[in-house]
Amino acid sequence: MSILVVAEHDNHELRPATLNAVTCARGIASHLENSAIHLLVAGHDCAVVADAGAAIAGIGKVIQADATSLGRQLPEDMAPLLRELAGNYSHVLAPASTTGKNFMPRLAALLDVAQISDISAVESADTFVRPIYAGNALATVQSSDPVKVITVRATAFDAGATGSNKAPIASFEFRLEQDLSRFVSENLSISERPELTSASVVISGGRGMQNGENFVMLEKIADKLNAAVGASRAAVDAGFVPNDMQVGQTGKIVAPDLYIAVGISGAIQHLAGMKDSKVIVAINKDAEAPIFQVADFGLVADLFKALPELEQAL
Amino acid sequence: MKILVAVKRVLDANVKVRVKADGSGMELANAKMAMNPFCEIAVEQAVRMKEAGQAEEIIAVSIGAQACQEQLRTALALGCDRGILVTADGEVAPLQVAKMLRELVEREGAGLVILGKQSIDSDNNQVGQMLAALGGMGQGTFACGAELADGRILVTREIDGGEQTVSLELPAVITTDLRLNEPRYASLPNIMKAKRKPIEQLTPADLNVDTDSNLKTLRILPPAERAAGILVESVEDLVGKLRNEARVI
Repeated sequence: MSILVVAEHDNHELRPATLNAVTCARGIASHLENSAIHLLVAGHDCAVVADAGAAIAGIGKVIQADATSLGRQLPEDMAPLLRELAGNYSHVLAPASTTGKNFMPRLAALLDVAQISDISAVESADTFVRPIYAGNALATVQSSDPVKVITVRATAFDAGATGSNKAPIASFEFRLEQDLSRFVSENLSISERPELTSASVVISGGRGMQNGENFVMLEKIADKLNAAVGASRAAVDAGFVPNDMQVGQTGKIVAPDLYIAVGISGAIQHLAGMKDSKVIVAINKDAEAPIFQVADFGLVADLFKALPELEQAL
Repeated sequence: MKILVAVKRVLDANVKVRVKADGSGMELANAKMAMNPFCEIAVEQAVRMKEAGQAEEIIAVSIGAQACQEQLRTALALGCDRGILVTADGEVAPLQVAKMLRELVEREGAGLVILGKQSIDSDNNQVGQMLAALGGMGQGTFACGAELADGRILVTREIDGGEQTVSLELPAVITTDLRLNEPRYASLPNIMKAKRKPIEQLTPADLNVDTDSNLKTLRILPPAERAAGILVESVEDLVGKLRNEARVI
């Protein structure tokens, strides 16, 4: 049996998390015999994404489901589509993004199987590791369901290679009229900076930033390091910055080469979102802040002095 | 309209958790337990809708050990009208929880179900979506806004790139994100009043649900510890270390 990976995209661009999910799928396939990996690109006018998907190393076939109703990938449309396809597969995988987390449990319930959330390692074709308790514990779980419906923690797997492959693209006709859910509007943040979850450097601010205007100090440093800017829950709750910047247990999970935490105390819920970063720097005036326990390099200093100095030094 | 709210009993969010040495689970004996923070937000949303005249009755449901009565009493003190406790031993998996809730939604004729988007112990983020699928309902997950309009409900959702608004047919399922509202505290008179509100007790069998799951937990281990770091004296020192030792800039 083969493995189906659901591509993450916006009808124009393939999101990098797809490449990590494909690496996870290859890990599972290595425990199976003759298991091909197929990529589902479901959307509207998404041919360019299907082409990009066909170039990912290891993909045997791209299935393009192109319909107006799939343009927003609402779970009320995606889950029935995937249910039709799932019978051909032993595993269905999607990145554990807000899109994947929305439709994958719905699919699992339609198939009457468990869903396995946010896996960070593959032990065998039916045994996986996933963080629980905000990453304070790792559970090894084994599934005996006929189809394993899995969301993948992108930061736990390397991004697969792309460009070398030219997999065939098959189109899949899917028509469903449903009125359970209608798309109304979207309000997306537009940023010139790298995406938070795939940036190699992330600089985040917490309550210590005092207000939203002060985040400009982080942005200036981010510009020099080609970094993404994140925030703690405290900073988002206080209204300093929008929610899509939140790093943590219930926000985004990041694991860049360098994570700089500024004015962040280091609640376990925040650490859950960044403690797998390769190098962690903490800048905080409170020497007792728990963030220093996970930092490779800690600087006990007033951020309003340290940040301009840091910008100068880079 | 009746609103059904699900509440889960979990380890208090402020308690540091430890993994049992034998890998069989977490050290929960004598630990402080509480209502899952996302469930508190769900209760608050339901109570606000009732206060706004949009709902007549709020039913709080919890599934688990007898001790879950504490969290149901909290929900009743916050403004829910009655409770249902489905007693079950050990951990009940999301699909089985969703099946029980589906049965209750049907029995009660609930017009809206509000749940937390995930529990802070198992971090699954599944039950609301599964319940919506089983009940043939629309789902507004990770909600930061919810508003009844023209016989439907508009739900604004926190998504990776920003926010998205969807319109759902009723009955519908909403799962709450952190910024939907700020939950109130229960007042002493309301805590006293809650003691007299009814809690019905059911078993999974009463709801025709078998609690066996095809997903087994084999072991639970602590994550690898990070090596201890160092404190640097100055920004200059920091930049030097990042350039020459860590080589990340």
